[in-house]
Amino acid sequence: MAEYQNIFTRIQVRGPTYPGVPLPVGDWKRLGTPFFSRLLGFFGDPQIGPLHLGWLGLGSLIFFFFSIEIIGFNFAASVHWSPIEFVRQLPWLALEPPARHYGLGIAPLAEGGWWQMAAVFLTASILLWWARTFLRARQLGLGTHTAWAFASAIFLYLSIGFIHPVLMGSWAESVPFGIFPHLDWTAAFSIRYGNLYYDPFHMLSIAFLYGSAVLFAMHSGTILAVSRFGGDREIEQAVDRGTAAERAAIFWRWTMGFNATFESWHRWGWWFAVLITLTGGIGIILSGTVVDNWYLWGVKHGIAPTYPSVFPHVVDPATL
Amino acid sequence: MRPVFSIALAAAGLVGGGLLFTFERPPVDIVQRGYRGLAMEQNYHPATLAKLAAANQVPFVFPAAQANGPTAGATYKNVQVLKDLSVGQFTRLMAAITTWVAPQQGCTYCHVDANNLSSDNIYTKVVARRMLQMTQHLNADWTSHVAATGVTCYTCHRGNPVPAGVWYNDTGASDPRGLAFGRTPSGQNRVALKAAYSSLPYDPLTPFLEQSNEIRVQATTALPNGSVISTKQTEWTYALMMNFSQALGVNCTYCHNSRSFFAWDASTPQRATAWYGIRLVRDLNNNYLKPLTPVFPATRLGPDGDGPKLACETCHQGVYKPLFGVNIVNGYPELKTVVQQ
Repeated sequence: MAEYQNIFTRIQVRGPTYPGVPLPVGDWKRLGTPFFSRLLGFFGDPQIGPLHLGWLGLGSLIFFFFSIEIIGFNFAASVHWSPIEFVRQLPWLALEPPARHYGLGIAPLAEGGWWQMAAVFLTASILLWWARTFLRARQLGLGTHTAWAFASAIFLYLSIGFIHPVLMGSWAESVPFGIFPHLDWTAAFSIRYGNLYYDPFHMLSIAFLYGSAVLFAMHSGTILAVSRFGGDREIEQAVDRGTAAERAAIFWRWTMGFNATFESWHRWGWWFAVLITLTGGIGIILSGTVVDNWYLWGVKHGIAPTYPSVFPHVVDPATL
Repeated sequence: MRPVFSIALAAAGLVGGGLLFTFERPPVDIVQRGYRGLAMEQNYHPATLAKLAAANQVPFVFPAAQANGPTAGATYKNVQVLKDLSVGQFTRLMAAITTWVAPQQGCTYCHVDANNLSSDNIYTKVVARRMLQMTQHLNADWTSHVAATGVTCYTCHRGNPVPAGVWYNDTGASDPRGLAFGRTPSGQNRVALKAAYSSLPYDPLTPFLEQSNEIRVQATTALPNGSVISTKQTEWTYALMMNFSQALGVNCTYCHNSRSFFAWDASTPQRATAWYGIRLVRDLNNNYLKPLTPVFPATRLGPDGDGPKLACETCHQGVYKPLFGVNIVNGYPELKTVVQQ
């Protein structure tokens, strides 16, 4: 019986490599000669390759290369092409969107134009990769769940970088490309719109995010725990319930009175993950367009409690 | 043990051990200030506090001098600001200033010609005179910020002819970096020493403490009301606030309830004190320090050709009240009143 350890996969199957199902005539050939990796086999399938790249994959990679080159060269220019400074200051460097006065127009290259170009290429790359996940799933006769989950993440990306800036009438609203800079931007965004903590869609997004982590831990813990009864054969157990499914179900029913099934479980996971970015994107889009100060909105709707004051009353000196 | 486990353990140990160095070692003293549950608290580390306490020892106050006798103005030539002091009071203050500002250099830092102490032939003397006027103005007219504690030369100088905490404009123009490919006009995205090592705007002082740009960025109504302040603009205010935090050794909640930064009714009284402090700094920078720019030699000017300016850090030097709030100026009452010229 297959046995799982908590960290590494114990059993690695070796046989002839499997190229995958036949592809339609005229489709791209799969690339590479498959081989086995013992090391990667500890974490996943030991067979590496072949890879199906296709026009979409190739286009996606090319556009991604363009965007990462634009970003990288701009970083390099901002440290005067010094490789040492590039490495030293990398976390601080950024490619900034245009200033507010350019509105939704095209900015000169050095004043945000490069950002616009990098954004177009990166978005094209992401959208092509999305189409690739959709078509590869179709090709294999799968459902397109993965593609739609990815689409939800793309929705958040577009909300931040495209939809919200367009609604606010300026690319300056958008996020810079950079490690610390995009984090500073995130904090500044929350401050500008009066604390996203009081944005109900932000609340939902956080709930689904943390919820996903809890669900993930529950699921992976349950499956590892019942793998000794063959619980790792999840799909099989979904239709032909065995000891693993029964014991897993009973465990949760004893623990909290209700249990998901081997089938329904995955809908929980999928929706929680998808709803993180879906609600998050809505929370971003509503900021500044529908609500300008989430804290005051929270006060207005009774979700921001008042606390006893411990300091003497403070008055805005500008009003004195 | 299998080699792969040993390697994994060694790697985890190395990374984990390295991470330890990024933490401040315990204990951290947490002082609650606001209502419970609001996280309005200040964090102090005993080792940091001990260092700050050692660095903020108050200087010896010279014994008071006789107020009677001839005035300095009648006795010495070219005494413009302190002319109403007695000769004894005047020389006492000169001696004190020497220990505060130029203990190594001595009297000749300002009085180059030992035979002609009245001579204005060096910029340091001209600047010192203006700084005396500035100190008097600050103590007399800005009690909204300095209260009765006031300041002396020592508050900023601490034995240095040029206070450690002065600053210059940094437009990035003098920076040789980024002149070609993608020079961003954003003024950010390098290590911002004035903004807590963030990637926020690296010179938040020029727009807010020299110029008087609007600091407030949050909407004061729940729903949109025509405000056009962008997230980018917010980053400038954010950087300024980080500068304040760094300068005073406090965190956001020293002045604000961080759930709603803009709300005055949720803020601490220190926020109003800081509000006056911002106006005080603008006043001193524009009316005392900037007019001195042509007086300074090139070595005292910043990369963009501007003179030294002051900010919160210049006096506070990492402490919530400069010198932990000890009053020195009461020992030198002549620094508390403005002398009419």
